[in-house]
Amino acid sequence: MGEQRILQKASLGELFAKLIAGGQRILAPVKSDDRVEFAAVKTPDQIAGDYIQTTTSAKTAVFPRYETMLRFRLKGKDVDVDELTPEAKPTVLFGVHPCDAASFATLKAVFTWDSADAYVEPKLEKTTIIGLSCTKGDAYCFCTSVGGGPGDTRGSDILLTPIDATKYLAEILTDKGRAIVAAAPQLFTPANGEAKEPVLAKIAPRFAADKLAQKLSALFGKTDVWLNQSLRCIGCGACAYACPTCTCFDIQDERQRYGGVRMRCWDACGFGMFTLHASGHNPRAKQSERWRQRIMHKFSYQPERLKVLGCVGCGRCSRACPTDMNLGEHMQSLAETTV
Amino acid sequence: MEALQKKARALLEAGTVKVVIGYTAGTDVERARAFFARNAEQTQQLIFDARCCQNLATYLMKPEVKALGKAALVCVPGALRTLMQYAVENQLADETVLALAVTDAGEVVELPKFAAVEEYLAKMPRGLTPEQQQELDRIDKLPLEERWAFWAAELARCVKCYACRAACPLCYCSRCITDVNQPQWVPVASDPLGNLEWNVVRAMHLAGRCVDCGSCADACPEGIRIDLLNHVLAREASAHFGAEPGYSTRKDYALSAYKPDDKEEFIR
Amino acid sequence: MAEFEPKVVAFVCNWCTYAGADLTGTSRIKYSPNVRMIRLPCTGRIDFMLLLQAFGQGADGVIVSGCHPGDCHYTAGNFHARRRWILFRRLIEFMGIDLRRVHFAWVSAAEGAKWAELVTNVVDEVRKLGPYQSFPKRLDGQPKPVEVA
Repeated sequence: MGEQRILQKASLGELFAKLIAGGQRILAPVKSDDRVEFAAVKTPDQIAGDYIQTTTSAKTAVFPRYETMLRFRLKGKDVDVDELTPEAKPTVLFGVHPCDAASFATLKAVFTWDSADAYVEPKLEKTTIIGLSCTKGDAYCFCTSVGGGPGDTRGSDILLTPIDATKYLAEILTDKGRAIVAAAPQLFTPANGEAKEPVLAKIAPRFAADKLAQKLSALFGKTDVWLNQSLRCIGCGACAYACPTCTCFDIQDERQRYGGVRMRCWDACGFGMFTLHASGHNPRAKQSERWRQRIMHKFSYQPERLKVLGCVGCGRCSRACPTDMNLGEHMQSLAETTV
Repeated sequence: MEALQKKARALLEAGTVKVVIGYTAGTDVERARAFFARNAEQTQQLIFDARCCQNLATYLMKPEVKALGKAALVCVPGALRTLMQYAVENQLADETVLALAVTDAGEVVELPKFAAVEEYLAKMPRGLTPEQQQELDRIDKLPLEERWAFWAAELARCVKCYACRAACPLCYCSRCITDVNQPQWVPVASDPLGNLEWNVVRAMHLAGRCVDCGSCADACPEGIRIDLLNHVLAREASAHFGAEPGYSTRKDYALSAYKPDDKEEFIR
Repeated sequence: MAEFEPKVVAFVCNWCTYAGADLTGTSRIKYSPNVRMIRLPCTGRIDFMLLLQAFGQGADGVIVSGCHPGDCHYTAGNFHARRRWILFRRLIEFMGIDLRRVHFAWVSAAEGAKWAELVTNVVDEVRKLGPYQSFPKRLDGQPKPVEVA
């Protein structure tokens, strides 16, 4: 639960100024037309007010859509290589919902489980998360089915809950959180046992992910189940790119004759060519096989291998999906399928 | 809706089709989703109302849907026009799909042959709606820098998810130009040049073929107005070359034909 | 400070414009040296993406030129190209790409003088417009690290 303090909404401006003066950039949800996305902000009035969720997630702070890695130039018989990786910038992610905060555990697990990823790990180190509890959800949210909740503290360094119109209950959870408080201690006043539960959104669980994980292996061979669920899937990458826990990437060289750059960019398991081998064989040539893999990866393989679920129930995939593949609904259906 | 459910049930029970591809209620009240009714009971889930906009014809090109057997397709006008274009491009043989048009009054019209679809479409208005034309005009009237700023901002949001390509029924190439990597014609990453090139390629490869169904922009998770690019080229192809994709089965593709006297005042 | 000298890329067909440009040279006609020639068999082969790639690699202007209609070495390549250009021009104009930097011409193998005049005019025009800074550039042309969230 962490130490409890009160942070006045009116104090945010001063807090932001202190953080920026200390060298942090602040990323927060910003409204643009009818979308809300994470963007750099200087003052709290730039932050979006009333919304359920951003279209794409905050994972871009540590795992951007693309980034250059190195430059290479042919010099006679030699190759000159220059490091071209962007430096990790100290960043405060503000206004991250508990689902997104929890997603960083998955990102960390994937990118540091055997060796620390040289591009992601430095960014994880320099990122502090000030989470914001949810007072409302929608038909796409299913955080409570995957071990989370609208006021869950996992992944947040500080979790803010708007207990009334003027103030937040601030739970100071980690060393990074304590460092933020230490930068402006006068803004974090003592709490009086205020509770957050009354203001939190009510998200009824649709299924239990841990129980489902055990069942999924048995469902692997039921091709009809996967076919029926995926018939309307058109095989784009919208779900993977909106998802805060998807981590698949492609390494591409953009080059001309005498040199170029190597870079990493997002990839999606829904694409037809995702598992196409150089031989021409494709172990997942059918959309139903790719759909099955997506579910197994997030709900069975990752929990088994990395001890962390590959889904936080934020619902972005379902909102972004052109054909309304509602993941919470599909998982609930799997939970109700007899083996 | 009831008429549609009844028709679907009759078709499935008689074995005329193995699947009725239509719509059913989506996650929230504003959405519908594609639905594949394969038995009489499932037909009760079919709906048809203002939420039903997705061009379902795209499913006719998917191997796993083809494997279900002969299909009846609930068609919005864009899907009917797609069937015409599939005929032009030899992607669909006549009488292999049963098109079901739903009138404003809720009646279901069976269109088993391309000729029937063509006749049905002949009664419908063609070209852009006044609203669509207004949108194009608004952008055209902007000075050069502002026009570029508008598109640079729109395309900056592109994440190269290819939802537009997947949703478009006429993007059915088994190896898309973006998948060609010897050399990599269209950059994979969603950098500004890559995004520009992808969206230009998509618009140009559909020029003279696009039936203006709007599914591309509907599919885009970032709400980018890529449909405007298609509309502008559709208007141009129509004005210069008389191209009217989706209204006849005449083999006629603007970019594989030519006239010796095509207008060319811009060429020195 | 050195005055800006534009880089202009010319996509030309082998049989007419390239030969025409050759004639310009053998005739000793002087013209702006800013053009980089790219020879293709026919304008019909010129993919519109090549023009975008040229700008992406730093070109400030582009010329596309081939045989006159009716004279195509492959009979109809330039007719197909013309249709493509009509549509492509409209699209890039709508998107706010500077059409003053994109030029199309028919230059025959006998038109050495025309080639010189065309190039010089285009280069002069593009020089006045300045470098095409707003057009996005290839990643491998950018010396600094690039990251997009």
